[in-house]
Amino acid sequence: MWAAILGASLGCYALKLAGLSVPARVLADTRVERIGNLLPIALLSAFIAVQTFTVDDQLELSARVVGAGVAVFAVWRRAPFLVVILAAMGTTALVRAIV
Amino acid sequence: MFTGASQFALVSVADNPAAGAASAIILGTRNAMYGLRLTPLLRVRGIRKAAAAQLVLDESTAMAIGQSTDDDGRVGFWTTGIAVFVFWNLATLVGALGADALSNPEDFGLDAAAPAAFIALLAPRMRGREPWAVAVAAGAVALMVTPFVPAGVPILLAALGAVAAGLRGRS
Repeated sequence: MWAAILGASLGCYALKLAGLSVPARVLADTRVERIGNLLPIALLSAFIAVQTFTVDDQLELSARVVGAGVAVFAVWRRAPFLVVILAAMGTTALVRAIV
Repeated sequence: MFTGASQFALVSVADNPAAGAASAIILGTRNAMYGLRLTPLLRVRGIRKAAAAQLVLDESTAMAIGQSTDDDGRVGFWTTGIAVFVFWNLATLVGALGADALSNPEDFGLDAAAPAAFIALLAPRMRGREPWAVAVAAGAVALMVTPFVPAGVPILLAALGAVAAGLRGRS
C-alpha cells in the first residue's frame, strides 16, 4: 500500500513538473489535448458509477444511491463543495437509519 | 501527493494498490496540461519552479488564468496555491486523527462522501455533447465489468476508452 502511495505521489508531482518544463508544442498537439480533457471525465464518471452502484464488487442499490442523487441536485443548484458532500453523507446516513 | 482527485482515487481502490496508483496518476495528467498554460505566465526557474509545480491545481490554475494582467495572475496562482495547500493538508490531518473516533463510518454516510466529491469535480467539465457521451459510456462500461474483474480495473478500462475516443476524434 505504501509503495502505491509513494509511487503515485512521485508520479503526480512529476506530471506537474513536466507540465511546467515540456516544450509547449509537444502537449499542444490537439490529440494530446483532447485526451487530456476526456481522461478526467471518463475516470471521474467511472468512479462515480462504481462507488454509487456497487457494494463489494457486486451491483447493488444501497442508501448511497440516494446520497449521490442528492449530491447531483446540490451541484446543479450550485451548492459549495463542502455542502454537496455533507448533504450526500447526511442523506445516506438518514436513509440507513430509517430503512 | 497534493492533488485531491488522485488522493480520493487511490483510497477508493485500496483493495488493489497498483490499479489505485495508476488511476491516481492518470487523473494527475490534467495538471501537466495546466502547467502548459501557466509556464508563460509564471516564468519560474530552479527552486521556485519546483515549489510552483507542487501548487499546480484546479484552483490555482483557475485563479491564475482568470486574471486580466500577468501580475494579477501570478498573485492569484501563488496565494490560491499556498492557501489550498495549507488548509487542505490541515483538514486531512484533522480527518486522519478524527477517523478513530468514529465507531462505524457508514452510520455517518461516510462512504457517500467520495462519490459526492467526484460529482462536484466532474460537473464543471460537462459542457457540450462529447463530455456527456464519454461520461455515460465510461460509467456504463465500469459498471458492466465490475463483477468480473479485480477492483480498480473497471476504472482503467474506462480511461482506455477515453484515450481511444481522444485519438479517433478531431477537434
